Amino acid sequence: MNYNILIQLRQELVLTVLIFLLLFIKLGKERSNESILNFVNAALLVNLVAGFCCQETGALFNGMFNTNTLIVFEKGLLNLAALIISMQSYAWLKHNKNVIEFYLLTLTSLLGMFFMISSGNLLMFYLGLEMSTIPLAAAANFDLTKRKSSEAAMKLILSSAFSSAILLLGISFLYGTTGTLTFSILTAHINGNPLQLFAFILLMAGFAFKISAVPFHLWTADVYEGSPVAVTSFLSVISKAAVLFTLVNILYKVFTPIANTWYWILVVLAAATILIGNLFAIRQDNFKRFLAFSSIAQVGFILIGISGSSQAGAASLLYFVLIYIFSNLAAFGVVSVVSALTGKENISDFKGFYKTNPMLSWVLTIALFSLAGVPPTAGFFGKLFLMLAGAAKGNYGIIIFAALNMVISFYYYLRVVKSIFMDEHATPIEKIAVPAVSKLAMYICVLGVIVTGLASVVYDYIQSISFGL
Amino acid sequence: MMNLTLLILIPLLTAVLILLAKGLQQIRVIGLAGAVAQLGLAVWLLKSFLAARGAGNNATYLFESNQTWFKALNINYHIGIDGIALAMILLTSVIVVAGILVSWTMDKLSKEYFFLLVLLSMGAYGFFISLDLFTLFFFLEVAVIPKFLLIGIWGSGDKTKSAMKLALMLMAGSALVMVGLFGVYYNTHTFDIVQITQQGIPAGVQKFFFPFAFLGFGVFAALFPFHTWVPDGHASAPTAASMFLAGISMKLGGYGCLRIAALMPDAAHTYSWIIILLATIAIIYGAFATMMQTDLKYINAYSSISHCGFVILGIGMLNKTSMNGAVIQMVSHGLMTALFFAAIGMIYSRTHTRMVAQLGGLLKAMPFISTVFVIAGLCSLGLPGFSGFVAEMTVFMGSWQNPDGAYRLATILSGASIVVTAVYILRATGRAIMGPISAEHALLSDATWNEKLAAILLIAGILVIGLAPFLINHLIMPSTDAIILQMGKVNILK
Repeated sequence: MNYNILIQLRQELVLTVLIFLLLFIKLGKERSNESILNFVNAALLVNLVAGFCCQETGALFNGMFNTNTLIVFEKGLLNLAALIISMQSYAWLKHNKNVIEFYLLTLTSLLGMFFMISSGNLLMFYLGLEMSTIPLAAAANFDLTKRKSSEAAMKLILSSAFSSAILLLGISFLYGTTGTLTFSILTAHINGNPLQLFAFILLMAGFAFKISAVPFHLWTADVYEGSPVAVTSFLSVISKAAVLFTLVNILYKVFTPIANTWYWILVVLAAATILIGNLFAIRQDNFKRFLAFSSIAQVGFILIGISGSSQAGAASLLYFVLIYIFSNLAAFGVVSVVSALTGKENISDFKGFYKTNPMLSWVLTIALFSLAGVPPTAGFFGKLFLMLAGAAKGNYGIIIFAALNMVISFYYYLRVVKSIFMDEHATPIEKIAVPAVSKLAMYICVLGVIVTGLASVVYDYIQSISFGL
Repeated sequence: MMNLTLLILIPLLTAVLILLAKGLQQIRVIGLAGAVAQLGLAVWLLKSFLAARGAGNNATYLFESNQTWFKALNINYHIGIDGIALAMILLTSVIVVAGILVSWTMDKLSKEYFFLLVLLSMGAYGFFISLDLFTLFFFLEVAVIPKFLLIGIWGSGDKTKSAMKLALMLMAGSALVMVGLFGVYYNTHTFDIVQITQQGIPAGVQKFFFPFAFLGFGVFAALFPFHTWVPDGHASAPTAASMFLAGISMKLGGYGCLRIAALMPDAAHTYSWIIILLATIAIIYGAFATMMQTDLKYINAYSSISHCGFVILGIGMLNKTSMNGAVIQMVSHGLMTALFFAAIGMIYSRTHTRMVAQLGGLLKAMPFISTVFVIAGLCSLGLPGFSGFVAEMTVFMGSWQNPDGAYRLATILSGASIVVTAVYILRATGRAIMGPISAEHALLSDATWNEKLAAILLIAGILVIGLAPFLINHLIMPSTDAIILQMGKVNILK
């Protein structure tokens, strides 16, 4: 018996076992939500640790499934984010009678992302992508009593289906011109003929849909607003990160012969994404819509980093995603707790928040500063390194553009901070009793936001496992 | 051997202790203890610096320490100081002590208030000791957020708007700086100031990126036309924050401009006329705009624009004397303006108005505060014996050395602005301090011990520079000489 296969698939296997366990728990006798939540959180922690237990690189199933240190680390990041989201949703899930279904859906989606990241073949990639998207659409509909929630689910499933179709068309053209779907063989057949370029653009459009880059972002805000906060944070952090990892993998490994073409595609996408994301974020009052547009702008910055197509480019993406997990989830964490206990989700409701909830205010403020890229938070390093990587090509225009946009984004993040600290409210949000688990998750996030930047070992490690063009 | 990191660690420790402390009494004592310790450290640093120089150590930067930070990107935590940086550190530590003393009775969210003040000072210290552009930039931005919160939460008047305006303009400034620094990095593959100075930057690169970096720092130094955050920001800020803003934060800009000019000498020479033009406009515009003000804080804020113009003028003239003058002006203006804001704060906390027209005869009710106010005013208009005279005189002498007609015209015009300064200072002093006093103001009390201590500390600094200018010259001259020499060398090589 060859144990290698078990070790290489360990992250997927642990997750699968967990999913089946949850199914059995559901079938068995009634249990209290608290005990289920505690069990799941513990299991997710085990899942996170298990991923790093042993390093084994290699390919399985004729190169369909790859694993190496980088991929293990990427999956580890997603596991970490899943754990944090689960801890933060404690208050919301405690009184939800479908708590197991929530985890079944999100964890299945996570499993799909794992296969997508590990894929060495476009078919495998597509399978993983679909497996990750469809459960999420169901999860978006989780607030069964709210119309907005089902609207979000409908929008998500329709736009996903549409983008998948485009992606599939691209893949089939690619197959038609090259005769293969395996990444390692594909590269040699890419010569940049018009049909291939067309296929590539379709492929990129599909990706842009998933990471909500402008002009494929229109679904984002509505879906984020309608879904429960936990699902929104899952969508905005985990699902985006997974697609971005795959995008880098495919761009840097498969489409190397047409690197110049996709460089300009990325730059244009990045510029449009940052600008539109920023301009729309300014006008939002709903916190989830606000974070939706701000996350669109963040993706624009990530695209700049990727366009650097160097080892530093890939490293800065990974590094930024790690920081983004901490900072965005810290922000979502506060919104999630507030929304679960008071039902308030608007920025204007947060006026005078500091007077009643100083701890939550600081968490939110630190998170927003990190998203804005202000030192000493990690977001500063993350954004700077993305731009450093992007500037490596000598295209200073995009860097100047991005730098000016950082100022715009600074404005809307400050606006929220202003509401929290400086504005008065006749009836501010009352003092909130945060569950211990959620509090712990917030502390982890804040600690991450501060340490990840200042401690250079994190970046050095990421750089050492990344690869460039 | 000194470890400069202490300069960051002491504020950091103070900030953490403040977070743990309970009650105003504990918080302010910890804050003051930290600030005094830092002042002591700065003085000790001065002593060992002079001792090392006396022993014949002629290295450009002393107490250097270089540690790898982000290895893959060649970013280092490289620190060290020359005379200019040391002068700035001394200035900062004096102002921080004075600032904490005048905030002694701050009872609104005192923990957060002192925490932010200390954090702001930490950014400034880190900025001045940095020899790596990345760390420099890091600390520059660290100092922005505390300003925003200090003004927005504890300020007066239209505080949120002022706070927003200030934060956004400073952020825009640092975005420009960032672009400039990236340009340097991609053409030298390092952020290290010492290395960049040695290897030089290609002239074309300098000419493209110099405007970004210089104007970026210029925003911090209230360079025309990026000065608009200054009046609102200073006027809305609480007293200590105004002192920090004008005394420390604007100096970050001036110091940054100086370093950028030293790093890109070719571009500095090319653009020198633009720098001087902007500086002259700032000086004259600032002076005339001050004449129109009726609010004491606005008077001081607009006059700061004018005074900081002298710093930029001195740097733009690019010779030893003018550069020296620029540095002395930074220190002098820092002390003087902090003193001015402290006096205004003391007056405001008693009379609850800063309008010149509503004040009068304060000398009778509060002789100490009025004296402080007059001293600050006299220093501002450049009376001999005070630091302002030494600084402005040095700048003028330096700029007159430039034989070009247009440059001399700029010098004359800037010099003429002193007359305007005299007008507004004497008018404000005459109205507010002299004359008859209103009945309600006559009962007000004079300065308390903490306010007296803060004022005396700042006045001592002003007098030391004013009466014994050779002391500060002795400290900074070798460093400015080295900078000018280095700039000349690169020029000849080209």
